[in-house]
Amino acid sequence: MKSIGKEEALKMLRQMLVCRRFEEACLKGYQQKHITGFCHTYIGQEAVAVGTLNHLTEEDSFVTSYRCHAQGLVRGMSAREIMAEMYGKVTGCVRGKGGSMHVFSKELNHLGGHGIVGGQIPVGTGAAFAGKYEGKKVVNITYFGDGASAQGTFHESVNLAALWDIPCIYICENNQYGMGTATKRAVANTDIQDQAAGYGIKGYEINGLDAVEVYTKMKDIIAEVRETSRPVIINMVTYRYKGHSVSDAGLYRTKDEVKSFMDQDCINRFSAQMQELGWIDEDAYKALDKEVKAEIKDAVKFAEDSPWPPLDEVATHVLA
Amino acid sequence: MPVIEYRTALNQALEEEMLRDGKVFIMGEEVAEYNGAYKVTKGLLDKFGPERVKDTPITESGFTGLGVGAAMMGLRPVVEYMSWNFSLVAIDQIISNAAKMYYMTGGQFNVPMVMRGANGAAAQVSSQHSHNLESFYAHIPGLIVMAPATPYDAKGMLKAAIRDNNPVIFLENEFLYGMTGEVPEEEYIIPIGKGDIKREGTDVTLVAHLRQVILAQEAADILAKEGISVEIVDPRTIKPLDIDLIAESVRKTKRLVVTEEGHSFCGFGSEVATQIHDLCFDDLDHPVVRVSQNENPLPYAKNLEAESLPSVEKIVAGVRKVMYRK
Repeated sequence: MKSIGKEEALKMLRQMLVCRRFEEACLKGYQQKHITGFCHTYIGQEAVAVGTLNHLTEEDSFVTSYRCHAQGLVRGMSAREIMAEMYGKVTGCVRGKGGSMHVFSKELNHLGGHGIVGGQIPVGTGAAFAGKYEGKKVVNITYFGDGASAQGTFHESVNLAALWDIPCIYICENNQYGMGTATKRAVANTDIQDQAAGYGIKGYEINGLDAVEVYTKMKDIIAEVRETSRPVIINMVTYRYKGHSVSDAGLYRTKDEVKSFMDQDCINRFSAQMQELGWIDEDAYKALDKEVKAEIKDAVKFAEDSPWPPLDEVATHVLA
Repeated sequence: MPVIEYRTALNQALEEEMLRDGKVFIMGEEVAEYNGAYKVTKGLLDKFGPERVKDTPITESGFTGLGVGAAMMGLRPVVEYMSWNFSLVAIDQIISNAAKMYYMTGGQFNVPMVMRGANGAAAQVSSQHSHNLESFYAHIPGLIVMAPATPYDAKGMLKAAIRDNNPVIFLENEFLYGMTGEVPEEEYIIPIGKGDIKREGTDVTLVAHLRQVILAQEAADILAKEGISVEIVDPRTIKPLDIDLIAESVRKTKRLVVTEEGHSFCGFGSEVATQIHDLCFDDLDHPVVRVSQNENPLPYAKNLEAESLPSVEKIVAGVRKVMYRK
């Protein structure tokens, strides 16, 4: 924790709270039928986004699956533009054309927000390739789930990246379930970092529930990838508290199991570690949370008040 | 004017565009050291080096998706499929990613990527190597589908495809690679969506693209001897379709035959027929006649293959039918 520093730690804590409160607001909005379609929340996994994205430069890029709101927020997108997208409003980050699964920001090199399991993995590989092609020292983080780690796209991408020295960081957000199927029932070797050996690259397992561990280990790993242009595979072991999507009651896991992970909550753990160092106290934490809640409330209000996309929007952006 | 092969015309287009724009690069199976399975990329590795002419593993989904990501970051990949049959391995990357990206990002990320290769039947290569995918890809909003029939068209259209800011499905054909034709030395571009009258006529409009244009020419020669004047309209771009050019011809001839190598059900000819019924219903002297591949996978045996595919004879028969002749 000490190596992170107080200022950075406060930023990270705030980012994790923004993600958590944003997703809680999404669930509420869904119950109220303001948000429809699919909606996959990130609650429980916040340490991963925060511990990784904070190491990227402006020129670096990243891509992820449909569980994509938090990465957008941590990278610097506003809660307003993402919430408005959830509501299908024209003020949304992709003008109401994508919804929950398709958060993108060209300005911030957020390459989405993808709905097909594993479909984004070659895309991230290509973004990293482009940076190298243009002679820049940039990297790409490609996030995907444990379910996607068995997809052909993952193996094809890692093979290409290893073959061509593409600086891509493959982060498996291993939340231990591909929808309702436990990883051990879908992936022959659940130590996903072991896949790296098959491609002659490095693989790491990281406790994705511990923001300090994620942040400190990823700092070195990303620096090394930037320097060597050799891809890596990270098995980021984490857990989602809610169902795969809002329509999932989560009957495939026990309440005790979920509780055991909630007891290791990444925000509580990080906050406690900060308190030990005297970087924050209970009152300051409450004040911070209050401020974050107000920010999310404002985003919800913005989304509610925003106009629907005009009907001519249906036919725009088909071709560039 | 120099007379060159279709493959050479494509090669010239690639070379010229790579010289013009450093963001253009080529990748695909056997495109570099092997000089291309059909020699379309011959010599380009020597000219541009391995950073811009990249041999890939046989993993179409991976390298197509890599192209999508590279294009989102501003590069202009030209992806070669040794044949379009293999694009089926990559179809999720083409449809879910390349085609949808500009729309689902609200206009933020476009995908300037050309995917090219041989489409349709070759000489007796059987079911899995003979797909005609124009109707598949043309069905999807966000994709441009081009299909040049001559060396002249191949060069001018590929240059337009590479300069376009959208994903382009560029369909070639194994039989066409060795065909020759005049190609000017000076630069030219054939705009996307612009069809071409390949032969002027007055009695029947015959719409044909890709290899069907060659068969249509032969059919028109036979029919001319019977006193039937055929106008061959080659749309060149399947989507966006130059329906105005076809309609203009139909208004003159009052009759339309569409020939395509793909299957008939939901085929390209259905689309042309529907649009012409909308635009020229009162002009038509006969329902639109379609010539296409039978509704079976393409078999290997020479006689069965010929029975399945559209042919000069089938096109001649189609034209006679639309003329109410036997």
